[in-house]
Amino acid sequence: MAENTSVQTPAPEPVKAQNSGRVKEIMLNGLIFQNPILVLFLGMCATLAVTTSLTNAIGMGLSTTAVLICSNVVISLLRKVIPKEVRIACYVVVIAAFVTIVDLMLQAFLPSLSQSLGLFIQLIVVNCIILGRAEAFASKNTPLYAAVDGVGMGLGFTLALCAMGFIRELLGGGAILGHQVLPTGLAMIAAPAGGFLVLGCLVALTQYIKNRAADKKGGDKA
Amino acid sequence: MSLFSLVSLALTAILAENFVLVKFLGICPFLGVSKKTDTALGMGMAVVFVMGLSSMVTWLVNKYLLLPLDLAYMQTVAFILVIAALVQFVELFLKKFIPALYTALGIYLPLITTNCAVLGAALINVQNHYSFIQSIAFGVFSGLGFTLAIVLFASVRERLEFAKFPKAFEGFPQALITAGLIAMAFMGFSGLSIG
Repeated sequence: MAENTSVQTPAPEPVKAQNSGRVKEIMLNGLIFQNPILVLFLGMCATLAVTTSLTNAIGMGLSTTAVLICSNVVISLLRKVIPKEVRIACYVVVIAAFVTIVDLMLQAFLPSLSQSLGLFIQLIVVNCIILGRAEAFASKNTPLYAAVDGVGMGLGFTLALCAMGFIRELLGGGAILGHQVLPTGLAMIAAPAGGFLVLGCLVALTQYIKNRAADKKGGDKA
Repeated sequence: MSLFSLVSLALTAILAENFVLVKFLGICPFLGVSKKTDTALGMGMAVVFVMGLSSMVTWLVNKYLLLPLDLAYMQTVAFILVIAALVQFVELFLKKFIPALYTALGIYLPLITTNCAVLGAALINVQNHYSFIQSIAFGVFSGLGFTLAIVLFASVRERLEFAKFPKAFEGFPQALITAGLIAMAFMGFSGLSIG
């Protein structure tokens, strides 16, 4: 799925008035048009594994966002220093350092969340979203835009995770954020198999909306 | 380590706690390299090889480098570097000394660095305080579990290639639903863990 990661990034315009337009464009790209989960299909492991509840989904989404913003900025700052041949190794070290910081902070301040996310906090290192954005965006753009891209992509990731977590917690356990609202749930939705099924349906819904929008556009022209 | 506990570790790692379908590790290659059965098998074999090797090396690094120096918090950084270096080294070694194996596994090796199953296995080994032999066995068995899952999945996908789907479900959603159904079958193994 790596071929999907390259996003068209025109050279930054020197004119100041165009800055805000570009910031908005990068944000919207991350949140909707290039949503890392629903459109680019990146970071699947974390998406499927931690979305058994909405709380976990929010925790995972924000942790990943934090790592993504920091690593994007640092890699963008170092983009002229890092030799091309060893760039992937350099990116991985930067990312691993920030993941360790986030991991230790969660253990110190939010121990229960850290417990329920478990291994998957450390596995943010190998989340393809972060390396993908470092390679496709941060290494070619200024720190400001890289930070904006980190915020947009991170929040897009969080948004999709929250949708998954909400659906699986509600249908699987009949609860929202731990509060029981339905008498019972279908345990299978919260089980691993349910993760695949719910994500499959969500991606299908995205494609349905995209197809319809494309049809409408085509219909208008004809 | 007795034969019984080895068998129970194998059953747990391959079936009851299958890396892909139960623990959600290594989903990217699982979805990406599963269009044909033979490429799936090649990928699986490469993962078994690298996971066994990396479990061994990361165990040694942890025991003789990180723990004595009181650097346990550097595990994530150290392990990912070890794995990346190891994959590169294995690639060079195979190219030079066992070219037949290199042509079979070559294209899959670089992809393995970002396979979270490899790092996941290394971290689980440390968390569960596995011994040296147990770590290697866990790495190899988990790799075999990955191979089983990806080969099963690829053979189902081959059959579905010409099936008709609703337009919205074409491509990625169809693969996810298929994986969901296989995962459902694997839920039946969940009572199997012994010891």
